[in-house]
Amino acid sequence: MELNMALEQSHITETRFVLETDHLSRVVSGKRLVDDITIGMQKGEVLAVVGQSGSGKSSFLRLLNRLDEPTSGTVYLEGTDYRQIAPRELRRRAGMVTQTPYLFPGTIADNLRFGPRQQGKDLPQDTITFLLDQVGLADRANSDIVNLSGGEAQRVSLARALANSPTVLLLDEPTSALDEKAKKEVEALILKVVKQNALTCVMVSHDLAQAARIASRVMVVKAGRLEKIGSVTEVMHVAASLH
Amino acid sequence: MLQRVFTNQLALGGAEAAAVTLLVLLVMLLARKREIHLERETIVALARGIVQISAIGSIFILLLRSPAWTGMFLLAAMIVAAAAISAQRAQGIPGTFRVSLYAIGAGAGTVIALMTLAGVIDSTIVSLVPLGSMLIYNAMNTNSLILNRFRGEVESHFGLIETALALGAASKQAVAPYVEVSFRTSLIPAVDSLKSLGLVWIPGLMAGMLLAGSDPAYAAIYQFVTISMILSASGLTALISILLIRKHAFSTAEQIILRPQAASSQGKTT
Repeated sequence: MELNMALEQSHITETRFVLETDHLSRVVSGKRLVDDITIGMQKGEVLAVVGQSGSGKSSFLRLLNRLDEPTSGTVYLEGTDYRQIAPRELRRRAGMVTQTPYLFPGTIADNLRFGPRQQGKDLPQDTITFLLDQVGLADRANSDIVNLSGGEAQRVSLARALANSPTVLLLDEPTSALDEKAKKEVEALILKVVKQNALTCVMVSHDLAQAARIASRVMVVKAGRLEKIGSVTEVMHVAASLH
Repeated sequence: MLQRVFTNQLALGGAEAAAVTLLVLLVMLLARKREIHLERETIVALARGIVQISAIGSIFILLLRSPAWTGMFLLAAMIVAAAAISAQRAQGIPGTFRVSLYAIGAGAGTVIALMTLAGVIDSTIVSLVPLGSMLIYNAMNTNSLILNRFRGEVESHFGLIETALALGAASKQAVAPYVEVSFRTSLIPAVDSLKSLGLVWIPGLMAGMLLAGSDPAYAAIYQFVTISMILSASGLTALISILLIRKHAFSTAEQIILRPQAASSQGKTT
């Protein structure tokens, strides 16, 4: 019986998946925002979630770090049912970058220190330097966030998520609020950072061309349901028909 | 002038009420001439005011012949009514009536109990009920202000709060700046009352004490005592209210429950 309980808790049947959803659903006021989605993601994989506006892409993403509660189904993070993981620890391991980079008042360094401080850790200066170098903001640690452009703010948001040393990175349309130049720069940066840190990444995007450039797999969502998942070439015609 | 015409106190009260009603109606007519229409609201307010205060006056007549402990029931009923009124200020957060009841009950109740035991508030009904009601009323206002402000702060800083949660912050850490702002703001009226005491306003209680023949120096000091009791009750209410409502604003999985309409995932999906 103890063995069964241990197996249930650690869900070790599919350990190759870093992130796995199991019949994940969220229903609010009778509306199925996310409807029975089961997928698995391997280490270093980049999954683009595409679909029309209102299809449930962001709702799906918010379930992955438990910002919203599934009404049924669950998520496994590195083989463990995420309901067994303390929400704070889960969110440290599954970092998130949102469409609007909400930065805390203060300097760039203050923002980078925020996550580790929640675990009682002080982020070393050399780590701050390394992270800012990664996102192309070297020597800007002491800049006040009020002086940042949209693209720079999004870079800080990315570095801030990385400061928690996550294994999974969740990106919610991270370039949709940026101009074309900044969009291309942040996109290249995401690819570089994901590769350098061997992150498993889920990115919500409404831009099919961007999804094709960044993702190793694409998942098409329609009315909360998984319509199709596969390689870019396998899925793109389905995604294009929805747009 | 009215005192000369009316020797009976009840008749005098009626005449005085009629005089101020005429004054209010005059102001209302002046506003009407400027195309500002307050007739309906003013008349309803006048009618409610006279009926409610006459009702409480009648209850007092009954209470004067009742044992002192009956005043406690009246104060308890006032706390429940205050909680029901105040809870409407934080719709969207579950359990606001309970939060308001605990906060006002513990905030005003503790101060009333302690001060009555210490003899600062006289335990007779005529003293306990009016003074107790002042503390409850002010605790209610503070509670309404803190709930309203906290809800506004959370709604307008929703993105930052969720970002903090997404970075692994505890819910209490994520809302800490807004808890502090709400607490400070809710106590502004009580603190300013104490600051301006004697300088900008002289409480009606002092006039009552002077009319009743109290020593003017003692009457003045007792105003400070009363307003300080109000500040204590309000501060305690605000503290309990914000700690409880902060807890109610989040689920056990540290998900924010209180959401602005635009950000609510209930109606919006992308």
